[in-house]
Amino acid sequence: MFVALRDLRHARGRFILIGSVVALITLLVGFLGGLTQGLANANISSLTSLSLDRFVFEQPGDGQQLSFSDSTVTREQASTWSTARGVDAAEPIGIATAKATATGGSQTTAALFGVRHSLEGMAGDQTLPAGPGQVVLSQPAADKLDATTGARVHIAGASYRVAAVDGSAQYSHMPVIWMPLADWQSVASAQSAGAAPYATVLAVTLGDGADTAAIDHAAATESTGLIPALLAIDGFRSEIGSLLMMMALLFGISALVIGAFFTVWTLQRLGDIAVLKALGSTTGALVRDGLGQALIVLVVGVGLGIGITAGVGALISGAVPFVVSQLTTLVPAVAMIALGLAGAGFALRSVTRVDPLTALNGQNA
Amino acid sequence: MISLENVTLTYPDGERTVVAVDNATLAVPAGSVTAITGPSGSGKSSLLAVAAGLIKPTSGRAMIDGVDAAALSREETTRLRREKIGIVFQSPSLVPSLTALEQLEVMRRLGGPRRERAGARGRAAELLDAVGLAGSEHKRPAQLSGGQRQRVNIARALMNEPRVLIVDEPTSALDQRRGAAIIELILAMTAEFGTSTLLVTHDQSHLPMADAVERMVDGVLTRVEEAA
Ligand SMILES: Nc1ncnc2c1ncn2[C@@H]1O[C@H](COP(=O)(O)OP(=O)(O)OP(=O)(O)O)[C@@H](O)[C@H]1O
Ligand SMILES: [Mg+2]
Repeated sequence: MFVALRDLRHARGRFILIGSVVALITLLVGFLGGLTQGLANANISSLTSLSLDRFVFEQPGDGQQLSFSDSTVTREQASTWSTARGVDAAEPIGIATAKATATGGSQTTAALFGVRHSLEGMAGDQTLPAGPGQVVLSQPAADKLDATTGARVHIAGASYRVAAVDGSAQYSHMPVIWMPLADWQSVASAQSAGAAPYATVLAVTLGDGADTAAIDHAAATESTGLIPALLAIDGFRSEIGSLLMMMALLFGISALVIGAFFTVWTLQRLGDIAVLKALGSTTGALVRDGLGQALIVLVVGVGLGIGITAGVGALISGAVPFVVSQLTTLVPAVAMIALGLAGAGFALRSVTRVDPLTALNGQNA
Repeated sequence: MISLENVTLTYPDGERTVVAVDNATLAVPAGSVTAITGPSGSGKSSLLAVAAGLIKPTSGRAMIDGVDAAALSREETTRLRREKIGIVFQSPSLVPSLTALEQLEVMRRLGGPRRERAGARGRAAELLDAVGLAGSEHKRPAQLSGGQRQRVNIARALMNEPRVLIVDEPTSALDQRRGAAIIELILAMTAEFGTSTLLVTHDQSHLPMADAVERMVDGVLTRVEEAA
């Protein structure tokens, strides 16, 4: 690192430039990451907060994908699952969209989650409605409705008492209102043309020896793990997919930019490198020097970018769906550094090809 | 001690080959300077490259301090250059970001064992003093004159106490007076450090100062008998 450090100081203008580019790309990646996570939370936090093994959907028609909005499970299917061997619990969950109005007049379109109180075991510390006529508002729902515990909320022509305000659950960008399954069924049957639905999906926890394929077959259902189930939320796949693709592109761009910078930089130094090799420098020492230099540029640039992301993110996270977490800061930072080093390493291949003989002939002088 | 024995070096040139050095034999005892002169393109730099361990001869032996450089692996030749051979380049070839002192210090940080680093700074300062650069230790190449750069170049070549000093046209970028001063410095350093010095020069006025003179024409080396 003897020469590398002095080169950094000597050509500081150039290194500040490339460091700033790294910082800006990191900033972009960090923002996209925070936004992706924020949007994902707004979409799926209601589901990811449940600790379960599988979601059970109505078997979709031929050629159709699993979808929360198309699924309806029957009471018979629920009991097939709950009595099957190896199934610890199969809890019905109804999901519907409805307009909720507070006594004060505030309105919001909310995701109604109809659940039995026995969902407790999977819901962690989320408070659930204890009896009929009661709802639990998620904090975003309470904010939209300007309602607190004890207030009354009108949904589909019926009035409910707010038993509690708890949690931040959202579903498909809507705030969640938890209501008893029976109340949900009456809201849902008013909305649907056909028979009154029992529930939308089942949330299942498994013990030993469960043959989910066989149960699916017996119940005419289709069950999946959490991640495929999330993709069954309408719009989630395309929304997250395009954001993740942008991030992947930015990672690629940063590796290329770093690679291009160090390619040009190394080309400029080929004369020095030939001289140092002629004087007896090992190729390993020269490559280590170059990688160390790249690492310093990357750590400073990425650190700066992530620092700004975290700072600004904390300021705006109330206004836009934005999450500052290890997943949205440390993970992209490490990925940026690793990809940048790969780019620099690629550029430094030319070091191994420099023939020290050229130093004597003065071709590079 | 350098001793080249029947060294031939050919370069591929399309379908034919160019014979740059043709069966050259030469011995330079420790503490003495052998000057090589000859027309452009006659193979002087090629001979130096063999003696410096920068290229393997097509045939013959290049004995450096008792070791045949032609028979070593690439890693071993790199180490040989670092430990036994000092090279003074035609153009000073200094690293732009390093001060004069650091140009010398870096010679102990070329990938060898860490213990090499001990005492590097002190020796670098002594050498700069010896080549007449006391007071310029902290200047970068851009802040040094051509002659001063060449002095740093010479001091750098001596940093790792080489047994052999290889010098290729060290005065070509300098005027007559400064050029003569550089040659005198090389002679003085050779005497002081006991190196076997091989010096290529175009300038006839330098030849009388050398202990021996060889003339190269079309790759063939001929001993020039001393006029004195
Ligand atoms: N790397 C190389 N590849 C092919 N041919 C080379 C190479 N280096 C030198 N030559 C050829 O070898 C011959 C000797 O070149 P060399 O550089 O040794 O001459 P020189 O005596 O040092 O000349 P000058 O006084 O101009 O420096 C020339 O014909 C040159 O074209
Ligand atoms: Mg030459």
